[in-house]
Amino acid sequence: MARKAMLIDESKCTACRGCQVACKQWNELTGWEYSKTVNTGSYENPPRLTPQTWTRIKFTEYDSRQGFRWLFLKEGCMHCGEAACVDVCPTKALKKQADGRVTVEPDLCNGCGYCSQFCPFGIPKLEVASVITGQAKASKCTFCQDRTDNGLSPSCVKTCPAQALFWGDRDKMIAAGKKRVETLKTRGFAAVNLYGEEVVGGLGRLYVLIEKPETYGLPADPQYPAMAMMWQNVIQPLGKIAIGGTVLGTFVAWLIIRRNIKMEEVE
Amino acid sequence: MTNTWVDLKNADVILVDGSNCAENHPASMTWINKAKDDRGAKLIVVDPRFTRTASQADLYVAIRSGTDIPFFGGMIKYLIDKQLIQKEYVLHYTNAANVIDPGFKGPADLDGLFSGFVDDDGDGFGKYDQSTWKYQLDDKGNPLRDETLKNPLCVFQVMKRHYARYTLKTVSGITGCPPDKLEAAYKLFASTGARNKSGTILYAMGQTQHTVGSQNVRCMAMIQLLLGNMGVPGGGVNALRGESNVQGSTDQGILAHLVPGYIGIPRAGDHPTLAAYNEKETPKTGYWSNKPKFMVSLLKAWWGDHATAENQFAYDYLPKVESPANHYWMSLFEDMYAGKIQGLWLMGQNPAVSGPNSRMEREALKKLKWMVVQELFDTETCSFWRAPGVKPADVKTEVFILPAADAMEKEGSIVTSGRLIQWRSKVADAPGMALPDHQILNLIYLKLKALYAAAPGPFADPIVHLNWDYGKELSVEKVAQELNGYATAAIKDPQGNILASKGDTLKSFALLQADGTTACGCWIYGGYFAPADDGTGKMMPATKRRGQKDPGGLGMYPFWAFAWPANRRIIYNRCSADPNGKPWSEDKKLIWWDETQKKWVGYDVPDFAVTKAPSDPGGKDPFIMRVDGRGGLFASLNEGPLPEHYEPLETPVAKNPFSSRLHNPAIKIWKTDQGKSIGDNVGKTDKFPIVATTYRVVEHWQAGGMSRWLDWLTECQPEMFVEMSKELATERGIGNGDRVRISSARGEITAVAVVTARFKPFNVEGKTVHQVGMPWHFGWGGLATGDVANDLTPHVGDANTMIPEYKAFLVNIKKA
Repeated sequence: MARKAMLIDESKCTACRGCQVACKQWNELTGWEYSKTVNTGSYENPPRLTPQTWTRIKFTEYDSRQGFRWLFLKEGCMHCGEAACVDVCPTKALKKQADGRVTVEPDLCNGCGYCSQFCPFGIPKLEVASVITGQAKASKCTFCQDRTDNGLSPSCVKTCPAQALFWGDRDKMIAAGKKRVETLKTRGFAAVNLYGEEVVGGLGRLYVLIEKPETYGLPADPQYPAMAMMWQNVIQPLGKIAIGGTVLGTFVAWLIIRRNIKMEEVE
Repeated sequence: MTNTWVDLKNADVILVDGSNCAENHPASMTWINKAKDDRGAKLIVVDPRFTRTASQADLYVAIRSGTDIPFFGGMIKYLIDKQLIQKEYVLHYTNAANVIDPGFKGPADLDGLFSGFVDDDGDGFGKYDQSTWKYQLDDKGNPLRDETLKNPLCVFQVMKRHYARYTLKTVSGITGCPPDKLEAAYKLFASTGARNKSGTILYAMGQTQHTVGSQNVRCMAMIQLLLGNMGVPGGGVNALRGESNVQGSTDQGILAHLVPGYIGIPRAGDHPTLAAYNEKETPKTGYWSNKPKFMVSLLKAWWGDHATAENQFAYDYLPKVESPANHYWMSLFEDMYAGKIQGLWLMGQNPAVSGPNSRMEREALKKLKWMVVQELFDTETCSFWRAPGVKPADVKTEVFILPAADAMEKEGSIVTSGRLIQWRSKVADAPGMALPDHQILNLIYLKLKALYAAAPGPFADPIVHLNWDYGKELSVEKVAQELNGYATAAIKDPQGNILASKGDTLKSFALLQADGTTACGCWIYGGYFAPADDGTGKMMPATKRRGQKDPGGLGMYPFWAFAWPANRRIIYNRCSADPNGKPWSEDKKLIWWDETQKKWVGYDVPDFAVTKAPSDPGGKDPFIMRVDGRGGLFASLNEGPLPEHYEPLETPVAKNPFSSRLHNPAIKIWKTDQGKSIGDNVGKTDKFPIVATTYRVVEHWQAGGMSRWLDWLTECQPEMFVEMSKELATERGIGNGDRVRISSARGEITAVAVVTARFKPFNVEGKTVHQVGMPWHFGWGGLATGDVANDLTPHVGDANTMIPEYKAFLVNIKKA
């Protein structure tokens, strides 16, 4: 099956945030009642991705050599070709679909949080549902699995009025992205680049950026985390043996709860 | 819009001035991007602050709020000096060659005034006697013309002298924009003067909400005429309307000086009879010479069989306004504040947040005996009686809230900025007992009629005889048929052929009659509900069509819904062809004269008599709605026939560089309760040195009544904020995210400071002028709350339309 991808043309994004709201609407995620956002001196809100915010626009003011720019970045899961989150997930809640989408089944998630820790972009986030039990769920963009399974584009792509978002076979998205980069070069955008073609097994979310990735706050050279390999091949099998011991098992569970609550506090 | 949303794709240069379309009209970006991608179009954005639209611009030009006329005046001078105008177009299609009355004098001669100024009380504000603002006429009564454009009294020369004062240096000084930026914008937009190029201008409230708002719009019309951009694909002067159906409500005569179809409202005294109205208000030439047909058909629509030739078609039933009348927003609230108004009925309006000097307007609401609000949510207006600091027991106004259905919860047509009337189906039931606004009005009327019939008062006939037969559950289709127009008797042509039978829905307003044989609720909608082909041979009411054929590929989509007037997508489109009827260029070919068929043909409905050849008398005069058939470079508004710069009522500038007249001399000044805490107070730079402007953001809608109660939208933009430059923040010791107090002569509010490089101080004639900006969406209701920006704005408006000056006023800012 051909690998799918989303192409995000940040040169056309106007930060109208139609995508941000369409995502919440389609996926039935909550807004202000949950996040209680405040204005901290920026249009940017919510302040970060959460299990209730799978995509959002990041705003950056930048003085480029060609003049002042207001840059917008549509954040969300990158659907990496080599998805560390899938590799470290002990319950197979995170899955790599045949067409490259990285999906989540919340019912299977035990809230261990490894996906969040090992993601090179820090995307999946945990939500602690109960402080007493520490029950948590990881959540993130699935490329609107229920839509894309049925041949529709993700809801964000469908809604974008600037037509900055595209959905389709990854090779076609790459070709379109490269063509757009060439066009923008002729229009004087010296730093324009296509982000995500090769890194981390090739991303399922490709960006046309008019400035360097770092200017948008994206890692210039994201890596598949070496520890994830170790985790998957060594520690997890050891853990499974250890779980035979009830005491140790309870201790590990307690550690996870503590950690989840702390992560929540930090956020 | 003179053109359409889709037509933006045909532009070579898109000039956005006074609009933040990427935020407030996001769909515009679909077509702007298409123009950029397919034609390599350039986008110029003129705005005091760097907006989300500016983020897309090829050229961003910052000018101080309230200086659009200098900006455009400088452009007019540039076009004339560098000979960049489309000369053939200007000569034939505008009044450039018309010769003006020798008694006419302009601001260059009269220190900022035009001839005829009358200032009764010597306060510097008054009215014009416009008798010298006219053409010289030949012995047949036609305007004298000098096609060499050399006569010093011809419009072209008068205009050239007028704008000779708008030099780059002066314009730069007053706008605070560096001359090289100005020149770059002028040069780029001037490139659309070529025959095969076109440029569009998009504007919104950033142009209109000024004491010189109408003249700002005139500037744009003049520039588009000078460059030959009017009536052509990718051209035009395009007002991006502020609400999804505000075009529709304007069409329906919602403004205080109009009845539906842009017909002037009859005034007591001036128009005692229908004959007197027709005599005074009907021009002898141009399409408006048909006005009596529209007026009589309107009266027939409203009073049906009770409107007869014998009773002047029930003209006496029609309420008249006094003369002169001023019942615009601010006047109403001034009257309300003075206790002259007992009751107020609001439908989807939130004046407690949206009105200028809103503290004063909320005080005015307290003086009402009763108020009815048709609303979706419990807005600030619904609950003004329990606003912060208000004791409910002190408010005597009785308030009724009628829960209303949302746009998606009712069927009907809505009209886009591009005059496209699109039918929409209802998609969900309204919750609880909420009803569509039209059904609420239907029930009210039926009850009123029953009450009047049971106990007729002294003048019950206008109510009892109203032609109101839409069913107990109002049929929107019946209303639509009435707006469209129908025959009340058979209509025949002079040869006796039947053009329409009794009861037929009329195909066009051209069938309307002045003898009572037609009824029509809004003449410009003629044909919109008549059966029409959707391009596949299927017939349906024109407004319901969704045909996607696009002959010519210009995006006219003639089978998609219906654009008034006459399904015309680009108005004044006779101008898309040269005087001889040939398109100016193959690329922008829209309509043209076909010599073999002896008629105008093309991809749009011609805005011209279809069989009038270019060689016929008047065959080269494209502006058929105008008396002389020509575009008005010189055209009278209340403050003059040529736009002249005046500062906002509250200005950081001590002297106008163009004259000693600081303010628009024709504006109305209210002085109610000046000096009191709540009153028509005016600020000066000593206490309020900072220029402020208000605007909307994409996340919220108008006064917030539809967005601040929504979880997802509130989350994106949760709090009232004020945007300011880093320089101002440093001066005032304000950090990003700090709470600050913003005060004006009318009030004080608090907000979160958004300190940003998107605002920069202006260098105005050597002096640093700071500008800040605030959204006007917030109030104390809803999920996330904030202070009301309009507590700060002044009660003053444009000299013609009375739209409030929300876009330029003075404030001070301190850390809270």
